[in-house]
Amino acid sequence: MTLLARAVVILNPIMSQRNGGAVVAASGLTKIYDGRPVVDAIDLSVDRGECFGILGPNGAGKTTTLRMLIGLTPPSAGNLEVLGFPIPDRARLMRRHIGVVPQGDNLDPDFTVIENLSVYGRYFDLRKSETASRIPELLAFAALESKASAAIHTLSGGMRRRLILARALINQPDLLVLDEPTTGLDPQARQLIWQRLRSLLGQGKTLILTTNYMEEAERLCDRLVIMDHGRILVSGRPQDLVREHVEPQVLEVYGPGVERWLEDRGRALCGRTEQVGETAFCYAGNASALLEDLRNRPELNFLHRPANLEDVFVKLTGRELRDG
Amino acid sequence: MSRSLPLPSARWLPVWQRHLLVWRKLSIPSLVGNFGDPLLYLLALGYGLGRFVGTMEGMPYITFLASGIVCSSAMNTATFEALYSAYTRMTTQQTWAGMLAAPLDVDDIVLGETIWAGTKSLFSASAILVVAAGLGIVRGPQALLVLPIALLVGTCFAAMALVVTAISKNYEFFVYYVTLVVTPMMLFCGVFFPLEGLPPPLRSAAAFLPLTHAVELIRPLMTGGWPAHATLDLSVLVGYGAVSYSIATALVRRRLLA
Repeated sequence: MTLLARAVVILNPIMSQRNGGAVVAASGLTKIYDGRPVVDAIDLSVDRGECFGILGPNGAGKTTTLRMLIGLTPPSAGNLEVLGFPIPDRARLMRRHIGVVPQGDNLDPDFTVIENLSVYGRYFDLRKSETASRIPELLAFAALESKASAAIHTLSGGMRRRLILARALINQPDLLVLDEPTTGLDPQARQLIWQRLRSLLGQGKTLILTTNYMEEAERLCDRLVIMDHGRILVSGRPQDLVREHVEPQVLEVYGPGVERWLEDRGRALCGRTEQVGETAFCYAGNASALLEDLRNRPELNFLHRPANLEDVFVKLTGRELRDG
Repeated sequence: MSRSLPLPSARWLPVWQRHLLVWRKLSIPSLVGNFGDPLLYLLALGYGLGRFVGTMEGMPYITFLASGIVCSSAMNTATFEALYSAYTRMTTQQTWAGMLAAPLDVDDIVLGETIWAGTKSLFSASAILVVAAGLGIVRGPQALLVLPIALLVGTCFAAMALVVTAISKNYEFFVYYVTLVVTPMMLFCGVFFPLEGLPPPLRSAAAFLPLTHAVELIRPLMTGGWPAHATLDLSVLVGYGAVSYSIATALVRRRLLA
């Protein structure tokens, strides 16, 4: 490559970001395995500084989408640019500017906490001194200062997850790609990760994450898409999606005789009902008539709550179990 | 991936450095293996069997054997590193997945693994050379040329082993390669006895195997002479290495980037 061509390749992404270009721009993105589309002609646009969620049941195509974004598998069709770099052609160059938090644990078991960070820094061609100067800050971020020289197998699940997150920040990335960042963590550990992700958003970083936890998406994501069978079903801001797709109030009713109550009264009193196992979900614009009715039925228990993203998710993707 | 030939670049270095750092943490057992195993073979076979054999190709048997052991150790060290250790890093440990999320490509990782396994062969060849020099069975300063050649031999066998690693579904699969390819080479390529001792068909077959050419290079250099067909021997090793590296890279790409 000539010097000029090289300069254009390097400068292009920087200039396109200056012009307010999207961090991720995908159109018609498709991945076909064995003749079956796993990701089916999706369009994505992620803006600088936002947290963008990709939600969907198991097998919806979330992880495959992320793998395409970071250049780990070539799209079968479509156009894809990340940070202005064409993917997969310039994926290796692009990955200098991103951090990746994988679904599984791939910390290096032969190394201590600090060594995991410094060796990973080498993968980015960072100088030893450069990495060394960043490590204290990263350990503090991960709340692992006291574990600096600990072996990986002595860390708890939450600690490992935080270390993986810190490792993804070693190159001071503009964009962080997280595949189910809190799966398998206890509530306390999850809260800590959420808090850290929010502080990264506060620093102006862009986050793209997949998750199975609706609460996580609702709390963190500025915008999100819900995928199923490789397609995007809806996209938008979480609160807008809730407003547009489900009634504002939800009553979860359970107890002996709930089926009969649903037939006799429930269906008539609320806009939409669903029965899942032994629980009846009643969606209503105004729940006062329902509440009035249920107060006279002590044998039935109920929970009255505002609608949330989970209601949207379930409405769109159905209630059947996915083991995919 | 659409392109089929690997695109080697200097990005293999961080992979190699990572492995060196792990090796340094575990260097004591590694060194025991590097020195201990070949030393035992050399002493037991060289002196024990050597007493009955007397001389071989005009030199004491232990002298003849030492150069063979350098070659077979280089082959074995690189082969086992590129089979078992690389497979662990590719699968259970997911070390390669971590690298692929950084600015490293499959081409860089496979090249890094290849050169690293070759480096381990260099370590073990050095160890044997030191032992052999201590026993007074190394002649001439050209013996130092054994070191870069051992690196080449190890790199060549590492690339070959990585082809097997790339298609393996489990550790048991490696037994086929070791038993059907590596062990025959160790026995029939001139490590323990000259090729002249073999029936003609086997002898011609051995001429196509890389270990034969490793022995042809290293034995004269360790015993005060010079290889007769150095260009041919080097070309065979480089050829096996380059072709295997290309195949291994294509296979690992297919496996990990599908």
